[in-house]
Amino acid sequence: MIIRFEKRREPSKVMQAATPIGAVVLTMIVGAIIFDLIGYDGPRAVKEIFFTPIFASYKWQDVARKAAPLILIALGLCLGNRAKVWNIGAEGQYLVGGMAGATVAYFTAGHGGVWVIALMIVAGLVAGALWAAIPAFLKTRLRVNEILSSLMLVYVAQQLLGYLVTGPLKDPNGQNFPQTAPFADGQRLPSTLWGTPIPPGLVAAFVLAFVFFIVMERSEFGLGVRAIGEAPKAARYGGYDANRLIWQTLMISGAMAGLAGLLEVDSQTFKLDLGFTTSLYGFTAIIVSFLGRLHPLGAVLAGLVLAISSVGGQVAQTAVHVPYATAGIFQATMLFFILASDVLVRKRIVIVSSEPARKALGGAA
Amino acid sequence: MAGSNGTASEPAPPRLELRGITKRFPGVLANDNVHLAVKPGEIHALLGENGAGKSTLVKMIYGILSPDSGEMLWDGEPVKVQNPRAARKLGVGMVFQHFSLFEALTVLENIALGLDAKLTNRQLEAEILRVLDLYGLKLDPRRIVSTLSVGERQRIEIVRALLLNPRLLIMDEPTSVLTPQEVEQLFETLRKLAAEGCSILYISHKLHEIIALCDTATILRGGRVVGEADPKKETSKSMAELMIGANLKEITRSASRTFGNEKFAARGLNLPKRGDFGVALRDVNFSVRAGEILGVAGVAGNGQNELMEALSGENLAQNESAIVLEGASIGRFGPNERRARGLCAVPEERNGHAAVREFTLVDNGVLTARRRMGFLTNGLISAAKATVYANKVIQVFSVKAVSSSSTAGSLSGGNLQKFIMGREILQEPAALVVSQPTWGVDAGAAATIRQAIVDLSARGCAVLVVSQDLDELLELCDSLVVINLGTLSKTMKVGEVSIEEIGLLMGGVHGDPEATAHMTEALHDHPI
Amino acid sequence: MNFDFVAAIVTIVGVTTPILLAATGELIVEKSGVLNLGVEGMMLLGAIAGFAATFIASDPQYSDSAPWLGALAPWLGVVVAACAGALGALLFGFMVLTLGANQVATGLALVIFGGGVSSLIGAGFIGMAVTPFDQIFPDNLAQDPVLKLVFGYSPLVYFAFIMVGVVYWFLNKTRAGLVLRAVGENDLSAHSIGYSVIGVRYGAIAFGGAMAGIAGSYFSEVITPLWAEQMTAGRGWIALALVVFSGWRAGRLLAGAYFFGLFMTLELYAKASGFSFLPSQFWAAMPYVMAIVVLAVMSARESGRAEAPACLGKNFTPDA
Repeated sequence: MIIRFEKRREPSKVMQAATPIGAVVLTMIVGAIIFDLIGYDGPRAVKEIFFTPIFASYKWQDVARKAAPLILIALGLCLGNRAKVWNIGAEGQYLVGGMAGATVAYFTAGHGGVWVIALMIVAGLVAGALWAAIPAFLKTRLRVNEILSSLMLVYVAQQLLGYLVTGPLKDPNGQNFPQTAPFADGQRLPSTLWGTPIPPGLVAAFVLAFVFFIVMERSEFGLGVRAIGEAPKAARYGGYDANRLIWQTLMISGAMAGLAGLLEVDSQTFKLDLGFTTSLYGFTAIIVSFLGRLHPLGAVLAGLVLAISSVGGQVAQTAVHVPYATAGIFQATMLFFILASDVLVRKRIVIVSSEPARKALGGAA
Repeated sequence: MAGSNGTASEPAPPRLELRGITKRFPGVLANDNVHLAVKPGEIHALLGENGAGKSTLVKMIYGILSPDSGEMLWDGEPVKVQNPRAARKLGVGMVFQHFSLFEALTVLENIALGLDAKLTNRQLEAEILRVLDLYGLKLDPRRIVSTLSVGERQRIEIVRALLLNPRLLIMDEPTSVLTPQEVEQLFETLRKLAAEGCSILYISHKLHEIIALCDTATILRGGRVVGEADPKKETSKSMAELMIGANLKEITRSASRTFGNEKFAARGLNLPKRGDFGVALRDVNFSVRAGEILGVAGVAGNGQNELMEALSGENLAQNESAIVLEGASIGRFGPNERRARGLCAVPEERNGHAAVREFTLVDNGVLTARRRMGFLTNGLISAAKATVYANKVIQVFSVKAVSSSSTAGSLSGGNLQKFIMGREILQEPAALVVSQPTWGVDAGAAATIRQAIVDLSARGCAVLVVSQDLDELLELCDSLVVINLGTLSKTMKVGEVSIEEIGLLMGGVHGDPEATAHMTEALHDHPI
Repeated sequence: MNFDFVAAIVTIVGVTTPILLAATGELIVEKSGVLNLGVEGMMLLGAIAGFAATFIASDPQYSDSAPWLGALAPWLGVVVAACAGALGALLFGFMVLTLGANQVATGLALVIFGGGVSSLIGAGFIGMAVTPFDQIFPDNLAQDPVLKLVFGYSPLVYFAFIMVGVVYWFLNKTRAGLVLRAVGENDLSAHSIGYSVIGVRYGAIAFGGAMAGIAGSYFSEVITPLWAEQMTAGRGWIALALVVFSGWRAGRLLAGAYFFGLFMTLELYAKASGFSFLPSQFWAAMPYVMAIVVLAVMSARESGRAEAPACLGKNFTPDA
């Protein structure tokens, strides 16, 4: 009995929708088993990681707070990834977005109001876009691989952050801690809106997801983005300028990451400190974009799944005593499964029973 | 089977015999109960049009694929060919239509990779030079493949096969990349081999070549053997009819063809070469009148793709007046502007250039027609309008597709080509530029496409066709130019120029009769 | 201030070795046409596996009954590290070669996964230490103030040098190396001739993983022979940049590695001696900035593009 892959005539739409769900479910099963084998309460760990945050309403704010940046960044990544422009350095753009906000807050110290906040938001968008413009320039003018250049800039951004919070932006009244002064009241965005656990970032995420959907699936620009990713020569033939599209997709995803960073700093932490580099939203968002099949609406769902599992990871840490790294392993496993299951979209599994009599070239036997 | 006492009354068994070979792929029966016998020292043609199953059959002989049923006999004994290495061990050499070469490596390294024997570089080089000398071929083992011409690259494949001392040499469509003079040279090499007892299986759809070269022909159609013929006795027409299975449909065009004013022209078009391996366009001039079809003949690799990209707008000219459409200078416009003004183009490569496999037919339509056919409002695409257009193309050009939301990749080559041609033609362009319109396409679709081109020109469109298939150009076109190393020859009227002169132009001299004469002489003494 | 040249050179060699090891492995992988971004993940897997194996093997309760185990412990660690890296690589290989998954995304998944697994296993080892695996020649050579420039290094350093030579010889002087290069140049042609593209690539990927694993073990067994989180600190990415920088040539790989090593050493010296006119973060960022500059210079050259294996990063689709 032979198991073979056979190419489908058309990619399977059923599989496209089913595989992300399958990846999550399979992760839960495999994770429960493996963790059980290495000595933890596997099923309980899975429950805490994936289900408790959904049902424990006191955790919803945490989930929402984590989902916002994940979705925002992932939307930009979906766009870029469709064009096969790999913005692996979104984390760096996220960081500079936060730094831009903190810098504006510093220079407008004492002042507040709508215009200051608007300025901070613009600063976050622009900073992220500019940080992504560097790999865009390097790629279009000098043919440098954007994976490496954007990633190197993450480390540079981390160092820049360290410099700012220990130097120019350091809080003079902060007992020499590496952090900025807390933002003034007028500079802050509300943490949650209208009495719900929803942060402004999540509202922005939902709205922008819809916008991205329209752009990617129904606009001329979106068609160009998809064409560049699938067949660059055809895109050029169709009148699209590859270099322009590379600039645009990178800067858009940079702006989204910068916005996410700004919103985190201005609606959640209200200051900048070294802890800002620990969340690694920029990297997790890569998982979100793939789990969401590079589709904006998929990214929303996937972002929620990853936010849930991140929060769940903390819960599991206390409840089941699994190490902090566990959530990360689960998330990487989901990514593995979604990537592996992609094969089912393109090919179907065929089981061939061997018939010795009618096979191949007749042998001398 | 061989006689036990080897008496001369028993003929030697066929070098290669196929009995009942069948091969199935998802959705298509590529070979259906094929019988074939090749005698020792025979030059045997395998004739069939695109899609008849020739390539699949020889891939099985060479061990790349294995048949679902049937058997293969070598010198009368049943054999099982598991992989190319086993085939080579038997004595089967193959020269592929699409070369298996490695651009960045040297000739020597490429040949070494095709051999199983373990020879030192020095030994191998000596062997290569010996074979080159024996068959009168020219090649430098030290050169990097990317710097070689197409004809030279084919020689690498041939040398690879010859070094095996083959007893059966399979040539898969070898002449599509050669000038007529190079073809003659190849035929001499093959005749020499056959005389030494090597059998040759020659795959082609070019009837006049088979008549010139081959001893016998097996004709495939739709995966089945539909006949065997002696090319010396048959005519082109009868073999063609066997190949196509129907009476040859001539292209219908009105007898009196009048041309209008000049509609589409290039004047002093220059383009520097891109990258190390491109071809520069130098002083390209042509003029196409309304209703006229101009053909561009030439061997692959002489700038055809560069010319296409310069005309479609994918590569901008250096000055705007280098390309003129209906009197307007459009040299500096990109593809979108050119299409808006009525210049549509169809590049050579269907997959990945003219169309995106992963896109639906609707989206492929949007790719080029979106502006000229008005699908856009404020940057958003009207799905309704795009779908209507795609359906129209499908219907008018009889494209066999499940629906307009099928992906381009799910269509057969011929159907996709019909869709692509239809997509451009239904935009009612003022001028159409198309490269290799019927390459790799079955005869039915090819006829549809050619007729569509003729009908389009009858409506007043100026058409430019770039093709490596000289027969096609002679059939379709009113005038002809030859492209060689990025320059065009002077324009000739079809019917007033000989194949030999075209061949020489393809090989290298431009409308310079004295030089052409010198070259012809030189060619006879030292073939390319 | 007395500038200790010998110490400086020893340090440079020390910081260069892991990226040289990882880059040498990745060179073979990329030459076969595969882009494995998961180097950082494989290094972390190797780091924890090597550390754990060494730690367990040097545990007194074992070495009392089998004294040879204690002596061999670090070697065992390196071997286990190589296996761990290779396993991670084979997971990547299975997904990319057999299932046809996207190479970029799968490589990243390996980075994240490797990091997570190494944290998970390492949780039990935080703060513990092993004897540094930093000397192979006898004391009179290795500790000598001048001769230690040649003899004072960890066996892994010599191994790295040897492997660069081996890889050079393999790629340029052997038939198997020629086949590997052919597969990376034109996988369809290689397949038509009859070579197993998938088989060659699996082998290359496994080799790259083993080398990355060994590179990781260098961190945990030689540089800081105690376990801490994320000890590879992005060196895996520098190794990837190094392969591009080297134009996929073994000789330039060696030179390029030392170029980066120089900058990484400057960072250490800056932190220690405090070149106070520039903040410490500037020096910490230097290797990464230099990586970008170097990539820009190398990629911009016309020939820089032609040197990359033509199939790099594209999946093998024989029935497309």
